[in-house]
This record gives sequence, C-alpha cells and structure tokens, in this order.
Amino acid sequence: MGSELSQNSVTEAKIFHSAYRTGVAILTKAYRFSVVTNIEDQKIWRLPDVPGLQTSGLSCWTVISQDRQTKLVLASGRNIYVLDSDSCTSVTVPGLDPDISSYLHMSASFNYKYLALYTNTGCIWMGTSNLKEKLGEFDCKFHAPPKQMVWCRRPRSQQPSVVLMWDSLLLVAGKSNESIQYPYDELYLVPELDGVRIIGSKSHEFLHEVPATCEEIFKIASMAPGALLLEAHKEYKKESQKADEYLREIKDQNLLPTAVEQCIEAAGFEYEPETQKMLLRAASFGKSFLSNFSPERFVTMCRELRVLNAVRDYTVGMPLTYVQFRQLTVQVLIDRLVFRRLYPLAIEICKHLKIREFQGVSHVLKHWACFKVQQKEPDEDIAHAINQKLGDTAGISYSEIAAKAYECGRPELAIMLLDFEPQSGEQVPLLLKMKRGQLALNKAIESGDTDLVYTVVMYLKNEMNRRDFFLTLRKHPVALSLYRQFCKHQEQDTLKDLYNQEDDHQELANFYVQESYQEAKVEVRVAELQKAVDEYSKARNEFAAKATEEQIKLLKFQRKLQDETDKPYVDRSLHDTVYSLLLEGSHRHAEQLYKDFKIPDKRYWWLKISALAEKNDWEELEKFSKSKKSPIGYLAFVEVCVKHQNKYEAKKYVSKVTPELKVKAHLLVGEVEQAADIAIERKNENDLNLVLSRCNQSTDRSLVERLNKARSGANKK
Amino acid sequence: MAAHLSYGRVNLNVLREAARKELREFLDRCAGSKAIVWDEYLTGPFGLIAQYSLLKEHEVEKMFTLKPGSLPPADVKNIIFFVRPKLEIMDIIAGNVKSEVKQRSHRDFHILFVPRRSLLCEQRLEEQGVLGSFINIDQYILDLIPYDGDLLSMESESAFRECYLENDQTSLYHAAKGLMTLQALYGTIPQIYGKGECARHVANMMLRMKREFAGSQNQILPVFDTLLLLDRNVDLLTPLATQLTYEGLIDEIYGITNGYAKLPPEKFIQKKQGEGGKDLPTEPKKLQLNSAEELYAEIRDKNFNAVGAVLSKKAKIISAAFEERHNAKTVGEIKQFVSQLPHMQAARSSLANHTSIAELIKDITTSEAFFDNLTVEQEFMTGVDTDKVNTYIEDCIAQKDPLIKILRLVCMQSVCNNGLKQKVLDYYKREILQTYGYEHILTLNNLEKAGLLKLQTNARNNYPTIRKTLKLWMDDVNEQNPNDISYVYSGYAPLSVRLAQILVRPGWRSIEEVLKMLPGPHFEERQQLPSGLHKKRENRTTLIFFLGGVTYAEIAALRFLSQVEEGGTEYIIASTKLINGTSWIKSLMDKLEAPPF
Repeated sequence: MGSELSQNSVTEAKIFHSAYRTGVAILTKAYRFSVVTNIEDQKIWRLPDVPGLQTSGLSCWTVISQDRQTKLVLASGRNIYVLDSDSCTSVTVPGLDPDISSYLHMSASFNYKYLALYTNTGCIWMGTSNLKEKLGEFDCKFHAPPKQMVWCRRPRSQQPSVVLMWDSLLLVAGKSNESIQYPYDELYLVPELDGVRIIGSKSHEFLHEVPATCEEIFKIASMAPGALLLEAHKEYKKESQKADEYLREIKDQNLLPTAVEQCIEAAGFEYEPETQKMLLRAASFGKSFLSNFSPERFVTMCRELRVLNAVRDYTVGMPLTYVQFRQLTVQVLIDRLVFRRLYPLAIEICKHLKIREFQGVSHVLKHWACFKVQQKEPDEDIAHAINQKLGDTAGISYSEIAAKAYECGRPELAIMLLDFEPQSGEQVPLLLKMKRGQLALNKAIESGDTDLVYTVVMYLKNEMNRRDFFLTLRKHPVALSLYRQFCKHQEQDTLKDLYNQEDDHQELANFYVQESYQEAKVEVRVAELQKAVDEYSKARNEFAAKATEEQIKLLKFQRKLQDETDKPYVDRSLHDTVYSLLLEGSHRHAEQLYKDFKIPDKRYWWLKISALAEKNDWEELEKFSKSKKSPIGYLAFVEVCVKHQNKYEAKKYVSKVTPELKVKAHLLVGEVEQAADIAIERKNENDLNLVLSRCNQSTDRSLVERLNKARSGANKK
Repeated sequence: MAAHLSYGRVNLNVLREAARKELREFLDRCAGSKAIVWDEYLTGPFGLIAQYSLLKEHEVEKMFTLKPGSLPPADVKNIIFFVRPKLEIMDIIAGNVKSEVKQRSHRDFHILFVPRRSLLCEQRLEEQGVLGSFINIDQYILDLIPYDGDLLSMESESAFRECYLENDQTSLYHAAKGLMTLQALYGTIPQIYGKGECARHVANMMLRMKREFAGSQNQILPVFDTLLLLDRNVDLLTPLATQLTYEGLIDEIYGITNGYAKLPPEKFIQKKQGEGGKDLPTEPKKLQLNSAEELYAEIRDKNFNAVGAVLSKKAKIISAAFEERHNAKTVGEIKQFVSQLPHMQAARSSLANHTSIAELIKDITTSEAFFDNLTVEQEFMTGVDTDKVNTYIEDCIAQKDPLIKILRLVCMQSVCNNGLKQKVLDYYKREILQTYGYEHILTLNNLEKAGLLKLQTNARNNYPTIRKTLKLWMDDVNEQNPNDISYVYSGYAPLSVRLAQILVRPGWRSIEEVLKMLPGPHFEERQQLPSGLHKKRENRTTLIFFLGGVTYAEIAALRFLSQVEEGGTEYIIASTKLINGTSWIKSLMDKLEAPPF
C-alpha cells in the first residue's frame, strides 16, 4: 500500500462494505485517513487532512459509503467533520444540546442512511447520515461511553432504534422515552441488514424489530385479515362452524388475498418450523377459497423456508433470516456452502429450488471436482471418480477442472480429464499451455474450428524445428492446407519449401509462374518460367510444360520486337500481339507467329479480317478473301464490314455466303426483300421468323403477307 | 423496414431481430460517441441487418473505410473496428492504432470481429504491440443473414473456392455454427439429409456441436422438419447455364449484390413535361430488390417470357384504379380514393421501374449473341455433340469475347460430357492461353481442380444417364404457366432442385444409382427431439442449404415447388452466397498482372 502508510504506523482501521464489495478505512498516527474502496483492486485514496486534529485529538469516527461515494464522519472535541475525497467540511448537528463538549461514540446504520452519536452527557442523537435531519434523541444518563453502539432496524422500518452495550447491560433506545434493557455479560454485537446479532461466549442471539406483519397477526385481539385467517383455520381444524364466521368476515371486506399474503409473509419471519407450518397451512386454507390467486409466492416460500431451515441446522450453522437470504440470493448461499465444502447439501438445494444447471448443480460439481483434484489419490482414481459423478452434465467444463489439476502440478491428471471434455475447442488452449502440441492439433482439427487449427499450427511452428514441423503437417492434411493458405498471404518463401518438401511439382510450377509475374525484367521472368517448365515436366503435366515453353518463346519474341520497334508488346497475349502486328501492317511478323505458334487457320483468318476491317483496308480484305477458300465462311466478312459501317464492301461477300446463312447476310446489309425471297424459297420457319422480326411499318405490306403465308405453310409441314 | 422477412412460413425476422439486438448491445458497451472503421467487405452484409439510423441512435457519428496509415480526424470518444478476422486486416489496424497513439489521442479502441473472434488475429495484434490498446474485443456472430422471407445467405464470396480449391473449411465451420444458431431459435431439426463431402463435414460438425451442448435441451417446437445439405460440386452444371427467370437475368446481366442491383440510368429518367432531357444522370440507378415490393415478388421468379404479360396486365389495373377518381362523387368516396393514393402511387412507380428493367433485359435477350449462346448451352445440356470442339466457342474465342463467357461454355461442355477428350481439352486450353494470355494457366488449373474442367477418363460418359433419370431436360416446357421446375432455364431442370424434389417424393432410394455417379457421399441423420415436441403437421418445411452458392433460378425453382400442392414441403433456402455463372467463375480465377516496365 501507499508510502504514507509505510512511513506512519496505522493506529486504527475500519472495515466496511461498499458498492464495490469490501473496503477498508485507515487512520495513521499522523491523523491522516486513507480509504481502499475495494480490497480486491487495492487502489488507495488519501483523504485531505483535517485541520486541528493534531491538537484537539480524535474521539471517534465512522465510514459512510453511499451511492458509490465513501465519506468519513469524525468527531474531534465538539466538532463534527465530514471528510470526502477532496474536501473536509465542518458540520453542525441539528437539534443537539449546545453544552456538549465531546462525542464518545458514533455509528452508521447498515445501509449508511442513518447515524447515531453518543455524547459526553449520555445523550444518544439519532439522525440521517448527512447530518441534516434529526430523527430522535434518547438520554440514557450514563456518562461512561458504551463499549459498542449499533443500529438495529429492518429495511423500510420507520422506527429508529439503536442498541448500546456496556459491561453488563444491553440497552435498546428509540424514539420513546422508555428503553429496553437486558442484563448480559461479555458479548459482542454485529449489526446486520435487519437486526443485530448478539454473540456471547456460549450463545448466539438475534435481536430485531418485530415485523409489522407478525405483529398484526399475533397481536392480542388483532382483527387484521391475517390474524382472522389464522383463527379461521384453527377453528376449521377443530371442525367448528366458527371457521366459516371468521372467513366470512374476511371475505366480506374483500380481504382474503391480503390475509393469505400476510400469512405467507409472516411465515418467512418465523424461526420455528411449527409456527411456519401453522401460518402456511392457514395461507393454504385461505387460498383454497380464491380462484385466481397465483400459487407462486406460496410455493416459493415453502421451498425457500425448507432451504433456510436446512442451513439453520446446527450442523451447518448458518442462521440466516429470510430477509438476509433474499438479499444474498441463492447463488451466494450456494457459493458459501460450496466454500464450506458442503457439496451434497448445496446440490440438494439446487435441485430443490430448480436452479438452472449451469448455475446450480453443474456449478457445485465443478467446485467439488476442483477440490477433488487436489486430493492425494492416484490420478486414475480421481479422474474416474470425477467422470463418474459429472458424466455429461450440461455446463460442466472439464477443461476448467483440468486447468486446476495442471495448476496443482498434475499434468497427467489434467490430460485424463481433458479427454472427457466434449468441446474440443476448449481443450486446445490448455493442451498448448501444457506443451502437448500434437494432441492439441488433433483436438483442434476435430473441432472443425479453423482458427483453432491455425493457432496450434503457429504454436508448433515456433516450438518445433522446421523439418519436424513439416512432417507433422504432412500427417494432418487439414492443417497443411490451412498453413499453405497462411504462407500464400504471409510467407511466400516458406510456401516453396513446403512444396519442395512434399515433392508437389504441379504446385511448385504454379508457384514459379506466379513468381515470374512479380518480376519486371524479362530475363528474370524467363528464368522463373523455365523453372516452372521443369516442374511441370516433373509433374508429368506435358500440356502445361509445353504451354509455358510457348510463353517463354513469345516473351522473347515480344522483347525482340519491342527493342526493334519501341512499341510495347510484352504482356500482350499471342492473339493481341498478332492483331497489333496486323494493324500495323507487319504482316511478315504476324505470319511468322501464325506459323511458329501453330495458330489455327480459323482464328488466324478471324484475326486478319478483323484487323483489316478495322484499319479500313478493304482492298487487302478483298484480296485476302480470294487468296483461298475461307475456313470461316464468308458471313464473317459481311459481319466485319458491317461492324465498321461499310455496307458497300459487305455486299461484295453476300453472294459467297452459304445458302443456310444467306438470309442472315442479306439482313445484315439491310436487304430485307432479298432476305425474304430466299427465306420464302427455303421455306425455313426460323429464317421466316427472323425476316418478319425485321419488318416494320415501312416494309411493303405484300411482302409481309407473303412471308406470313410461307410461314403458315412451313408450320404445316 | 424488414416486414418482408416475416411473411413466409418461417419468420426470419426473428433471426434479424436477434442480430440487431446483439449489435445494439455491443454498441452500448462502448459508452459515448463513436466512429466505426469498416472492413469494406462487411458493409453490404451489414446493410441487411441494420441501417445507418440504428447505428446513429447508438451514438455512431462517423464511419470510415479501413485503410492503411492514420485514421481521419473525428471528434469521438470511441473508435470501433468492424472487421473480418484476417491477418492482413490486423496489420492495417495495428498501423492505425499506432499512429493514433503517436498523436496522443485519448480515444478508446474496440474491435468487433465478424463473424467470429480469432485467436490467431489477437496474437498478431499482440505481436504488433497493440492488443493492450483495445478495451473491448468482441465477436459479432453473423453467419446466416436473412436476405428475404425464405432466404438466408452467409454472403461469403469465396466459400466455394476455399472449400474445393484450397481445402480451407472455415466457411463450413461457420455454416455449422449458423445452423446451430438457427436451431436455437427455431428448434432442433429432426432430419438431416445430405449429399457431398462438404455436406457430410457440416453434418458431422453439427452433430458434434450438439453433443457439446448435451443436456441443455432445446424446448422449442421445431419449425423445420428437414435439413438438406447440398454441395455445390454435386451440381456443377446449373450455375453455368444462363438463368432465364426475371431475377436471374437481372443478376446475369447487371449483378445483384447484397440485395441491390445497379442499372444503367437512361431508362429511369422521369419524363417531365416541358423539360427536355437536359442533364442525363451518369450514376447508375441503384434499386433494392426483394419481396417487400409486391410487384417484384410476383414476377421475380417467372420465366422472363412470362413477365411482359404480367406487367401489361398490372398497367391496366393501375390505370383503371387511377380512373376511379372520376367516379368518386361523394366526399366519402373521394376521401377513400385519396387514402389509397400512396399505395397506388407506389405501385405505379414500381411498375415503371420494372417496365424499364424488362425493356433493358429484352434488348439483350432478343440479341443474336444471346440467342446463339443459349442455343449452344441447350445443345450441351441435351447432349448434342458434346465430345467435339464446338465451332461457336471457337468463333467466340477468335473474336475474343469475354473470357468468362468462354470459360462458362467450355466448363459446361466438360460437365455435360463427364470430361473432355485429351485432344479437345488441350485444344480449348491452348486457344484460351494464346488468345487471352498465358497467365490464365493458373485459372485453368483451378477449374480442373474444382472439377469444372476435366479430362475424360476411360469411364463412360454418365451425364446422359443422369439427365434421363433425373429428367433434367424437358422438351414441352411451359414458360407462362409452368408445371415443372424446368421453366427456370426454359427446358433444363436444375439438378440440385431435382434432388430436393425427389428426396420428398419418392425418396432418394429410387435414384441410388445416379446418386453414386454424383460426387461425395449421400447420407441421412436423425436428431432426437425432446419428448413432447414431436409434431404431427401436414405442412412440412425443409431447410435446404447450398454449400458453395445458389443461383436465383434455383431459388425460383424451389419457390415453385413450395407453391405446388404435390411438392409436399415448403422450402427455406440457405447458401454460402448467391451466385451466377459469372461471379462463380470469377471467384475461381487467379489474376496475375506483371508490374509495369
């Protein structure tokens, strides 16, 4: 803790509960205060100094922790100060005799809303903790300071009451002038949420204000609905008709639901099972006259009382009140039982209260198992015992238990336990921590979660030497392909090694092809491609090897051409290269490529006529068309001409088009009538339709009629 | 906003709401004003879950796209990275954070991983020394995104490539997880059928995950009766064929991404009187396409040839409805007319939009190129001359038509011939390399690896047997009033959907032989239901999951089966991604570009 504390010895410390769990307030010899609001995170706050403390001394102080703020209230002589994180304020206590010269004791209520001050005159001042409002005052006339002074009130009670203790006297003071006094020896008071626990050397008692409901029911001659219902039930048991009278009285006032609720509530405040039963039976009796009263409260109360009675038993020894139990929640109760290793009772309670497994039974079993792994028994026995008990209970994490075992230095037991873990994903991190990489890899693959596989692979990569690592991967194809993907994006060089290791020539070749495209220099690219050719050959992929050889040939040719002509050729496809050459009129080079690369005639013809048409070299086109019989027919000629808006040239080739395509050719050049004539002559339905689809308003009527007639004729056929 | 998700048999809005709730909760965990830095890939899928307004309600004030370097200035307390778990992305984030730290900004950093946290990525952040800078590291489990009333998608573009080329089954793990989420919301699915390696793997993972959660029994009455898992590689043919439904064609021609299509704007100009078309819009028109639009719901799944009739009928109805105003005499009648006006106007603008789209598509479908291409496709699918080099493909290569078109056709021929002869295959490959460039050797290699291109082995061509047994080709197809699923491709009945159809009636046992010819195992698994949840319902619901992508035409075919009475079941469709032949082939291509000289 802070240096302040190491230099000055602590004279007093008060432990308090805050919104952040438990805190400690510390007073040093130098009259300086420090506060830790949560002992878990140990952040320490130095509070400002209080002026004059050194001289006038400090008589008493207390902690108020409200709304996430912690303040100290302290008394020095006749002054009261409120100290918070950045200021110290002097306060006047309202309604207090000005003659007071000092305060001997002070105490804050459990919820920090109220404060009690004990003065040197024997007067007890009770008020709000902000010291703005006075609630009451009691003069007990003792001048000796009490050993202890604590609040005794239940939540939402309007009665301020304080319990004071002297050597042999216990005094309860409140608003009234009277006090209650008990003779006692040697005891200690513990203020709690709804009362005061009195711990003596031989006894343990609980002092609390009688709850309003109990008072109403059990008060002599009470006419409260609950009291009447209880009475009715008593009469009913005696088989007396008075039962009906009482019931009627409640029902006439429409108070039966209230009566039932009162009885249920009162049962919660009672400690004797017999009294609880009496009240609950009365409630149940009243309930049977109500048609739409939800049974939930009744059932919950019965269940919870059963639990409370069980933990109040002396063998367990947790004398919780109902209010405290509700405040704590079942979860905390179970945790406390687990902490005391009362596993069977905890499990029974979980089952009885029907708590969801992962918060209830599984939770308890997990703690039991974590305790079990610390026992000095053989690993096998423990693993067996745990599995026997836990089985496949939902929400059990065997890996958590295994982690505990590993923590306790029992890795073998941890592995045995991990084997029971159904979620393979959960096993992996621990296995890695235990340096069981291979096992972790198996489990990761089993889970199907590729991220886990990656995680293990990366771990193995760092842990193993390269050779072993590759060998391991080889045994696990899933891991191998994932690692390949990783390398593709992150470590290109490793990828090559990996393929080499596996003699995967095909992939290696692809790798070189890819590499070659990273290179700017043609020579380097050729070298890379040459490696690819070798690998493709080794992979017996003759096609790819040959194609890549061709690529090298083309690259070299393009390079040469580029040097000669200063035009960019490299990286164009063979097709595009030839096309540019044709456009530029380098027919010699084009021819050379056509021959060297064995470009099919058909494609070469397409290339040539497209290029010629594009550069409007109609003369050359016509010459070419006559050079030999076109392998692509003559419709192609018509098409390229039309594409470049030269119908005149196009028409030259129409006559050469084969009869089946003639209709199309005529239509292309816009000769609808000729097309129609041929279509009608050929009686081909598709052709006729085609022509008809081109007819429009301006077309000759008679032509359309003829076409339609021919079509119907073709249809019949 | 998303009412159309709850129209169907299964209320998929439940899933969307669950996803939205989770998003809101995460945003609230980062108290104060925030800026989101987006992995660009995620914005589309997220749009299906939440609009900007939701983010704004939770104090998101700025949005940036993830880029290397430093973050743009923004006066916000929190910076949240919405990213996929990828190492490259982690490096960018680390760079962003480091430069922020250098500038001594006092911002809180958070990461939201979609769809799952990754140890690997967190390690990378740690290596980069920035892991400690993050206040929240969380995951946003977004496996199956509700896309439409009967459609879920993982929007995972590369799923097919990863599964079949790279042997990376990450997306299958997410699929299995997504199915577990679905089961948590809609009850355990009692029957699981599947065909294919990936299907088997997903089913295994599901059963395993179920064991992991043993004990926490799901007490929800099952909504789905059956789950059918199908590998895309069981049916490689269907996506290659050109889809002929309205929605399919929009996707083929313009592409639909995350439910939106971008269309050429010319046809959508509002003709205002007295104003010449002075400023032509250059931005493409972006339209959201889903069943929320009444008209679209009606025509999306029709064969395109049947769409015109519907549109003109609709036009008549709408103009008649507008004419009604002349008949409205009393104040009450006028009031009633006016109250209907917004709905009528919406219908009119919807009609105008779809008429424009239909015109755009018609220009293409009536073109010769489209017709020729379709003819060749249909020849292949009917088994005509699939063993020879096809002249049309040859001519297309010679004229350097788009490479993807060529690849689609060649692959189709290969699939319809159960592989090509060495001579034919080598010829095509050589032609492609010479024409489009040698760099495509890797793409061709990929296609071979995926089985789309294949060398015919000694085995007999079994495609005709498959075609005949499964009735994949129907000659008498009725496009207007279909009586069979084959209407979606004007003759070809998608193999995948046939498998689903036969599974319901008469059962897969009747086609054992054919199932053996298709790749991967077929299987059946049962999941025990808690007693009391067995239902006796006549209306069965099947969840069909396409691992590796599904086309709009297949979806249309399944919707058709859901509607016909003898179908026997209604379908909810899930997929890793909505694909078409082009996007699919593209995902399998390797782009190689040389650095400039």
